[in-house]
Amino acid sequence: MKIIYFDNAATTPTRTEVVKAMAPFWTDNYGNPGSLHAKGFEARAALDKARETVARTLGASPSEILFTGSGTESVNLALFGFCRANRQKGNHIITQKTEHHAVLDSCKALEKEGFAVTYLDVDKQGLVSREALERAIRKETILVTIMYANNEIGTVQSIQELASVARAHNVTFHTDACQAGGALDVDVRQLNADMMTLNGSKIYGPKGVGMLYVRAGIKLQPVIYGGGQEGGLRSGTENIAGIVGFATALSLAQKGREKESKRLAALRDYLISKVLKEIPRSYLNGHPTQRLPNNASFTILDVEGESMILRLSEKGICASTGSACTSRSLEPSHVLQAIGLPKEVAHGSLRFSLGKSSTKTDADYTVKTLKGIVEELRKISPIRINESVMRGR
Amino acid sequence: MAQDIKPPKAASVKRENNQCWAYTDIVKEHFLKPRNFVRDEKKMKGADGVGTVGSPACGDVMKMWIRVKDGKIAECKWQTFGCASAIASTSMLSTMAVGMKLEDALKITPKQIAERLGGLPSMKIHCSVLGDQALRAAIEDYEARKHGKAK
Repeated sequence: MKIIYFDNAATTPTRTEVVKAMAPFWTDNYGNPGSLHAKGFEARAALDKARETVARTLGASPSEILFTGSGTESVNLALFGFCRANRQKGNHIITQKTEHHAVLDSCKALEKEGFAVTYLDVDKQGLVSREALERAIRKETILVTIMYANNEIGTVQSIQELASVARAHNVTFHTDACQAGGALDVDVRQLNADMMTLNGSKIYGPKGVGMLYVRAGIKLQPVIYGGGQEGGLRSGTENIAGIVGFATALSLAQKGREKESKRLAALRDYLISKVLKEIPRSYLNGHPTQRLPNNASFTILDVEGESMILRLSEKGICASTGSACTSRSLEPSHVLQAIGLPKEVAHGSLRFSLGKSSTKTDADYTVKTLKGIVEELRKISPIRINESVMRGR
Repeated sequence: MAQDIKPPKAASVKRENNQCWAYTDIVKEHFLKPRNFVRDEKKMKGADGVGTVGSPACGDVMKMWIRVKDGKIAECKWQTFGCASAIASTSMLSTMAVGMKLEDALKITPKQIAERLGGLPSMKIHCSVLGDQALRAAIEDYEARKHGKAK
């Protein structure tokens, strides 16, 4: 059976060029960049080169780039590292309700360390308002952390604008850009970001590599202690193969970005309009235009998400849902609740995230298949949700 | 200042049971080809008992219809809104219940249903196996009607 992989927001396949670039660092070039001999020098050179590539791609300088083990780790380093090191300046953090759990759970833990956190509301489409951020900033505020693009509903925040608000108040601004790395402009000078998180597994790079951009002059306290790698901020022998893979993936993604994003956005819009047309009682989640080029997220009334994705999987289609049944909490996704979807409809969410290999044929097959599945599950379902709960969507 | 900071609450090493996909082949079979479900509710008008449990907000709703003959369940039909294990467990229950004496059907537990399915992830048993309650509600409805106290 042909597999249609519409779950690129979960993770992307690793591109061939990336695998090729990584390969020597598992075999021939196995050295530790900390060693003072030929094998070490070789590894050190590769590490430096990767750092330069990443810095150039992001409009940063190499000394501002830290490599970590994941996007989550980068977020943890940005949040814990910054707050613990800058506590004397204040104890207030601002974030927003649709952040990834890497941010939200770190904030919860920081609350236990005595920090106060404001979780800004978003509107029905998932956007944070500039005014709300402005109002929330107080003299104790030291950090604002707002994601670039949402992983579930695809909404893209006006990061440049939000970062400028923070900067105007002399507050440090971090953005979790994991979903944006392959699709949007991630030039830190353009974005006005002081810190930015990216990871390899969403940009056709390897899993197990994250990156944190930290603007020169920003002080962090390490979260992981040891041999003092990454300027003492992230100890542990560098994952050279992974880092080389990440740098290759980021640079390729950004080089081809405009063309690919345009192609994906057109395909996304085709898929969205087709789903909304073909499947009765279906709605788009997130912002209609200010959204990731590869994200199509829906609410489908009267059916439950896990049932939909498992039946889609039987037909070769890989998708995802924010239904409680796929979470540990038994609660539907916090993102869907934050945009105001009542729980009974949040259970029926369905996300398709397109990728490099996605085609119009895939979209056609998916809509046709989904239509049959929804019809069948609706026949089994005893409920019929009143459409008035979706008013204005 | 850093030394003033208390570390977050410690957690012991444990494996969270979040493996929603750990379904058995029997679950899969009943999920993909559910038995005894009601396509057209109108056809169930003459049922002897009906019961509904769960709530859309919690993500699971089950409705069950029974026909009773000689103190035994002659027919057991259902509709379910919910995840794969909710659908599969209701389907399985409907096959278990047919031919059972009412008093025995009342004793069916979620654990027994899960066993017949070859097992379910533990969190799924709590949240999605509500069929036994729906069946109980349907039997109670039947008893109430029999005694002239139809709702």
